[in-house]
Amino acid sequence: MGAEELNVLFQERIDANDKIEPRDNMPEEYRKHLIRQMSQHAHSEVIGMQPEGNWITRAPSLRAKKILLAKVQDEAGHGLYLYSATETLGITRDELIEKLHQGKAKYASIFNYPALTWADMGAIGWLVDGAAITNQVSLQKTSYGPYARAMVKICKEESFHQRQGYEIIASMAAGTDEQKEMAQDALNRFWWPSLMMFGPHDSDSPRSGNAMKWKIKRESNDVLRKRFIDKTVSQVELIGLTVPDKDLKWNEKEQSYDFGAIDWDEFWAVIKGGGPCNIKRLKHHKKAHTDGEWVRKAAAAYAQKQAKN
Amino acid sequence: MDNLNLSKFCIRLGDHCLIMAHRQSELCSNGPFLEEDIAQINLGLDLLGQAEALLIYAAKLEGGTRTADDLAFRRPERQFHNFMLTEQPNTDFAFVIVRQYIMSLYLLKTYQALSKVEDDTLSGIALKALKELTYHERHFAMWLKRLGDGTEESHERTQTAINELWMFVGELYEEDEIDFMAQKASYAPTGIEMKTFLMEHITAKFSEATLETPHSIYMTTGSKKGIHTEYLGYLLTEMQYLQRAYPDAKW
Repeated sequence: MGAEELNVLFQERIDANDKIEPRDNMPEEYRKHLIRQMSQHAHSEVIGMQPEGNWITRAPSLRAKKILLAKVQDEAGHGLYLYSATETLGITRDELIEKLHQGKAKYASIFNYPALTWADMGAIGWLVDGAAITNQVSLQKTSYGPYARAMVKICKEESFHQRQGYEIIASMAAGTDEQKEMAQDALNRFWWPSLMMFGPHDSDSPRSGNAMKWKIKRESNDVLRKRFIDKTVSQVELIGLTVPDKDLKWNEKEQSYDFGAIDWDEFWAVIKGGGPCNIKRLKHHKKAHTDGEWVRKAAAAYAQKQAKN
Repeated sequence: MDNLNLSKFCIRLGDHCLIMAHRQSELCSNGPFLEEDIAQINLGLDLLGQAEALLIYAAKLEGGTRTADDLAFRRPERQFHNFMLTEQPNTDFAFVIVRQYIMSLYLLKTYQALSKVEDDTLSGIALKALKELTYHERHFAMWLKRLGDGTEESHERTQTAINELWMFVGELYEEDEIDFMAQKASYAPTGIEMKTFLMEHITAKFSEATLETPHSIYMTTGSKKGIHTEYLGYLLTEMQYLQRAYPDAKW
């Protein structure tokens, strides 16, 4: 069968909502797209451990410390799960990490913003994980089987993370004046970057065409972003905080919120390395990897000795 | 054992767990590979859970004027009673493994005794912790073998960690009045029982890992009186920062 015929058959399966499995025929571009997207997702989980890990040692109560530690452990687990799912596409984790270190693979830009106060642990769980869930719930129906199944598992844990984050913000918003101020400040700093997490407007999203055709992506950036805003605004109001958008307005006709302009210059600048923490995050990951080299070598040498005996 | 002394006994044990949990959580995103990163913070989470349970109980036994959070976040350095070994920094992965392996043995022996006491709260905490410590010991012992009998570099780093940490091991079988009271009530093994247990296991495991057990190193002392190495002050500064900076806030 020729490549063209295979591609037609592939598209028929996609259109029939079949799940594509690792050994199935798939166009090279589909495979590449998935590797890019899934590894970016895996790297995001792992790099995301840094801003939150940064606060575990300073968590303000034993309970808060326990929950945050468990949460970050979950994120690491998601990373592992997603790396494994990506490996089903014929690439190794070492290669994926190499690409990250070379700057060829990306991770969610939101983690290039610093986590400055304890309220940021709330904002990250509530807004960043909240935006991620909105996207991931949609991805549970993605066409690649291992990715879809990973999303089902991950979504369950992410909704716990979002509640954890909201609990932190809510209790701070109901706390002392200083706590309230920290809560509002965290919302101010994380609101717009969270909206940017959905990616450029549909009209400016170059890869969306194929992704939608192949049902990797099931809903557009703008649809998902709007859903997130509609869901989150009432959560903000409930705890007495203010969305940092003077143009935010309920649109009766659309039964949805209209919102202000997103600063896309900032979005692209941070993606291209201009965020306050891009250099730090990557350096940290590289350092841990380099520092761990002697440990990995020791484990390999020991295993080899054991195999001989 | 009266409530106040039992409370002090629980605080000591809780402090060991709390300070180790802190050191383990510092490893987050610094592991040599992702699986081990997850493992190390998971073991830290177990220790944190034990610390919380012990400090909650200690606070109750004290009479309820302080909470577990007060004990963790409002006590100054000189009132902490964790072993100096537990506060030693994560100099490299070998230091983590050696510190945690030795402390896992200590906790195993301690919880074994506690799991049999009539006090339901304590035996409950100990029984749960025993399950956790069984795999902690297994995990760290496995790494000890990999590092000791891995490459020349890993062997050297691990032997260095052992040599530099060894002076803190003596505290693990030291005894004072609280220990004597706990031993009398069968809450804890005697110093000599603990020492024998530790040395037998450590010597055997070190030898299996081609590592040497140090001899004639002076054993330092002090944590039972609240004397520590300089590392604890920095650790507490970080850990207690929010509670100290915003004393009226609830989190």
